[in-house]
Amino acid sequence: MLLTDLEQSMLDGKQGEALREALAFQLEVGKFFGAERFVPITNAHLMGDIEVMGNAGLGLLRRLSDHNGQCAVPTSTNARCMHFDQVNELKQDLVEIEKEQEIIRHIKDMGAVATDTCINYQTVYQPKLGEHVAWGDTGTVIYANSVLGARTNYEGGMSSFAASLTARTPAYGFHLDENRRGNLYVNVKAQLRDTADWGALGKIIGHSNQDYFSVPVFHGIDEMPLSDHLKHLGASLASYGSMAMYHVVGVTPEAMTSARAFSGRQPDHIIEVTDTDIASVYSSYNYLEAQANIVVFSGPQLSIFEMQNLAKLFEGRYVATGMHVFVTTNHAVWSDAKRLGYVETLEKSGVKILQGVCFYILQRLTQIREENGWTNLISNSAKLVNTITAHRFNTILRKTDQCVEIACSGKLI
Amino acid sequence: MNLKLQLSRAWGPTVEAPVLVMKEGFSPRYDLDRWSGVISRIGHTAEGQSIVGKILIIPTVKGGVAAGWAFYDLLQKGISPIGLVFGKLNPVMVQGAILANIPIADGLDKESMLLLRNGTNIRFDPSTKSISTFS
Repeated sequence: MLLTDLEQSMLDGKQGEALREALAFQLEVGKFFGAERFVPITNAHLMGDIEVMGNAGLGLLRRLSDHNGQCAVPTSTNARCMHFDQVNELKQDLVEIEKEQEIIRHIKDMGAVATDTCINYQTVYQPKLGEHVAWGDTGTVIYANSVLGARTNYEGGMSSFAASLTARTPAYGFHLDENRRGNLYVNVKAQLRDTADWGALGKIIGHSNQDYFSVPVFHGIDEMPLSDHLKHLGASLASYGSMAMYHVVGVTPEAMTSARAFSGRQPDHIIEVTDTDIASVYSSYNYLEAQANIVVFSGPQLSIFEMQNLAKLFEGRYVATGMHVFVTTNHAVWSDAKRLGYVETLEKSGVKILQGVCFYILQRLTQIREENGWTNLISNSAKLVNTITAHRFNTILRKTDQCVEIACSGKLI
Repeated sequence: MNLKLQLSRAWGPTVEAPVLVMKEGFSPRYDLDRWSGVISRIGHTAEGQSIVGKILIIPTVKGGVAAGWAFYDLLQKGISPIGLVFGKLNPVMVQGAILANIPIADGLDKESMLLLRNGTNIRFDPSTKSISTFS
């Protein structure tokens, strides 16, 4: 890779050990993908919690902190794995909680803003068309590339920290024009109403075309989608297909026309999605006999509009015996939802609201499932019903109003 | 007869180990019990099998940023795989493998994957972008 004088200076250790380690790591990643240079970034989003970092990752963070590593661009943090307030159903390990708090201390010392959110694009920072960033959560990456027209690859683990410290990232993948062109032609003939429908669409396309460098181009979307719709479409594509970008013709900024979305690249496949296909996604799940089940609204964290809608649906109703209901959102949305009365309405109904976490990354989740006897997990998030499966939940995707009905009636519909 | 199969891109030291061949995508977060190293996702084609000490043969990826830290964590716990050979991969797998100093490659085609059986010993040499069986 071609290095600037500053980058060579970092690599030589003249800018400190933290920057040397960070740039050396980025260089290896860049070389793997054939990057020719680094590209400056304006923003970073860190992904790191004790559940996934473990003691090894914590040790690395301590080392960067000891070497006085400092964020060189505005930097936010992803959802955490620990809920620090007491919740009866969640008995998280005290020792691990202390480690999570240490991670947060190191991150703050490095100069990051501990937003604890996977919806930074809705609540923290919205990079502009063509702006290069380094974001470390798949849902944030696909939203940035697709809806905002910003440019980022998945920056997992050390990668997001390194980018924040060096203010740059290797120029490969979605930083380059040629990889942002569509290659899958998707003709949507289905009516997509609920966020779960958008997630189901993402599952259909992502699951059958698993490829980070595939870029589906959606045609036939006749109503302007909301941010929450595109959030669930992207999160699902990223989850099932490991995809990092999509276009919606007439909606997303690099797809004002179909021709612009493909930019000369011929589609590898043409796929049609009908109402029947969406219905088949819902009917593909089967319930198991169980004494206790759980309904979860999470993955990604809820926006203020999703909180408002849930409060409306739960108002005057109560969670049924044998059902447990959880919502996750970030601190900013929770504060607004509290002020606006949504938190009170939901809590009166028996809904537990978790702040600053995402449900599927909760520390000790397998044991929490076992202790509560939870068998079926019902959600309106296509992403969540996919990502949580290592913990051996039996997962079911349902529309938002159906999830509320299931939660309050106890009937598994 | 010993096989030699070509890869597209590769990084890391040369290793030798038995393979675990998966028939679907893999994510350490979605599919793996990261405290035992056993595939725990209900219905995964490798459900119940251990990744510990294996070279994983994986057609595609799914998700997810977890791998960026997960391989490093598995290494420290003593339950990491020895190598990662993909058909198609994403950057997180590469970022995670490099952090843990686990060799990684992509570009193994579907036909070649069919030639490999679970438990077969292979030599994975990133410098020649190849894997080869040996007896």
